[in-house]
Amino acid sequence: MGSHAMFSQMVTLRRAALVVLALLASASSAFAQFEIVGSWAARNTEDISRDSYPVDYVGLPLNDEGRTRALAYNESQLAMIERQCEGWPQFYFVQGPFGLRIWSEDDAIRGNAISYTIGGWEDRAPMTIWMDGRPEPSKYAEHTRGGFTIGKWEGNTLVARTTHMKAGFLRKNGAPSSDQATMTSRFFRHGDIMTVLVVIEDPIYLAEPHIITKSFVLSATPISPIGPPCVSTFEGRPLDESVPHFEPEKNPFVDELTKKFGLPRDVVLGRRETIYPEYRKTIKDTFVAQPACTRNCGAVPNR
Amino acid sequence: MRRFSLLALFAVAMVLPVAAHAQGRGGPAAPPPTPRASAPIDLTGYWVAVVNEDWRFRMVTPAKGDYGGVQITKEALQIVNNWDPAADEKAGEECKSYGAAAIMRLPARVHITWQDDSTLKVDVDAGTQTRLFRFGQGAPLREPTWQGDSTAQWERGGGRGGPPVGGSLAVVTKNMRAGYLRKNGVPYSANATVTEYFDLSPSPGGQMMVVTTVVDDPRYLLQPLILSSHFKKEADGSKWDPTPCSARW
Repeated sequence: MGSHAMFSQMVTLRRAALVVLALLASASSAFAQFEIVGSWAARNTEDISRDSYPVDYVGLPLNDEGRTRALAYNESQLAMIERQCEGWPQFYFVQGPFGLRIWSEDDAIRGNAISYTIGGWEDRAPMTIWMDGRPEPSKYAEHTRGGFTIGKWEGNTLVARTTHMKAGFLRKNGAPSSDQATMTSRFFRHGDIMTVLVVIEDPIYLAEPHIITKSFVLSATPISPIGPPCVSTFEGRPLDESVPHFEPEKNPFVDELTKKFGLPRDVVLGRRETIYPEYRKTIKDTFVAQPACTRNCGAVPNR
Repeated sequence: MRRFSLLALFAVAMVLPVAAHAQGRGGPAAPPPTPRASAPIDLTGYWVAVVNEDWRFRMVTPAKGDYGGVQITKEALQIVNNWDPAADEKAGEECKSYGAAAIMRLPARVHITWQDDSTLKVDVDAGTQTRLFRFGQGAPLREPTWQGDSTAQWERGGGRGGPPVGGSLAVVTKNMRAGYLRKNGVPYSANATVTEYFDLSPSPGGQMMVVTTVVDDPRYLLQPLILSSHFKKEADGSKWDPTPCSARW
C-alpha cells in the first residue's frame, strides 16, 4: 500500500469516526425525548379561560398598573370590527378549552425535528417551536400575535420560550399582557398524559411570574389543527364611536364575584399575596359561607 | 480492508454505550444503588403551593353542591348534596378532605425528606398529614388510612447512550379511606387509585415542582380526574405552619 493510499484511508477513517460520533450524539439526544406529536385532548377539570365574569382576576399576580388596565377594559371592544379577529396571545393554548394538535417538520436527511407546531384555533395563532438552534430575533424585530418560539430538549422535557408577542390579554376579560411579556413552556409526558407548565413573565403588568399548569390526554380522535375562519362583521357599533372602556375606579362589575362567591375584593382584583396559603389566615374570620349552589353547579351526571 | 475498518468502527461505536453501562461485568456484582442514591431529581426541601388555579375551590370552602369541573356519578351527587360538616366532625372525620387524592391540591406547604434510603416522607402542614412513598416494596397489610399506601418509582430521563438527564417520580396510592376531593364533600371512594407524577423545573429565582394527579374512581367519577398543581421551593421552613384538619375551613 502506497503512502497516498494510506493517507486516503486515514482521511476516510477519520471522517467515518466523525460521522459515528455525530450518530452517537444524535442517538443520545433522540432517546432523551418523548413523542409529542399527535392529538392531545383537554379535560378542562381546572380553570379554563375565565371569560365568564368581566372582573375576575382571581389567582393572577397583577401589579397596580396591570389591575388598572384590566379594570379599564370593556368587553364591548370585541364588537369593534377591527378587533373581532385579533385573537388571543399564545397563553391561550393552556387557558382555553381546546385540545392540542401537534405536528413536526422533520429534517429529511437526519430525521430530527426542525420544528413542532401546535395548531391554533380561530382564537389563537399557531405556535411553531423552532428546534433547529436558530437564535431569538433581535429585540427590535416585529412583534406578532403568535410571537416567536424556540425550543430544546432537557432530558425528557421539551422546553419552549416564546417572545416577541404583541400586547394582549392574560385572560379574555381584559387582564393585560404587554409586548414585553415572555412565556416559558415545559412539556412533561407520562404515558398518555402530557402536563404543560407555563410561566409568564411580564415586567409591565405582573408583580411576579404567573404560572399555569394544565394536563392533556392523548387522543385517538384527531383534533383539528385549525379552526373556522374568523370573519369580521357589523355588530352594532358605529365606526366613528370611541373604544368602549370603563373608568377603572368605576367599573360596574368589580363586586360581582364578591356577591356571587363571597370572594374578598383583593382576591378578585388579583393581588399577589392572595395566591399563597398564608392569605387564608387573613380571611378566615371574615369569609362568609355561601348558600348552597342551585345553578351551574357542575355537569349533570349521566349514570 | 477499508470497508472492514469502517464496519468495525461502526460496530464498536454502537456497542460502546451498552458496554459503558455494563459496569462490574466479570467482577463481583455490586449491589444496586438505593432509590435515594440513584434519585435522578432531588425533591427534598420545603415547597409552597401557588394557587393560581381553582382558587375558589381551594382557598375557601366552596358552596355546598358546587362540584364544577369534576365529572361525578349520580351516586356521588347524592353525597355532594348531603354534605354535612357537622356530621363529619361528630364522626371524627375532619380529615376527609386531606386524604391522598386531594392533599396535593390544598393551599399548603410540603416538606419532603428521606425517611430512609428507600422511603420518601412527605409532610403537609395543612391538616398535619404525612405521606410515605415506598420504593420497590409494598406496605404491610393494614387498615385503610387517609394517606393510603404509596408505591414509588423513578422515571428516568435520557437513556441509551448517554447519562440519564433528569427524570421524575411516579407514585401510585391505594388502600385509602374514602374522602373528599374538595372541602365541600365531592367524594372519592375507598376503592379509588391515585397516580401522581412529580416533575421539577427551574423557575425565575428558584425551582418549581409540578405534581400531576390522576384520581381513578369508577364508583364516584365518570372519568379519571386529572389535575396539575405547582409549588415553589422555599429556602427553609420559616413559614411552615402545621394546622389541624378542619371539616369546615
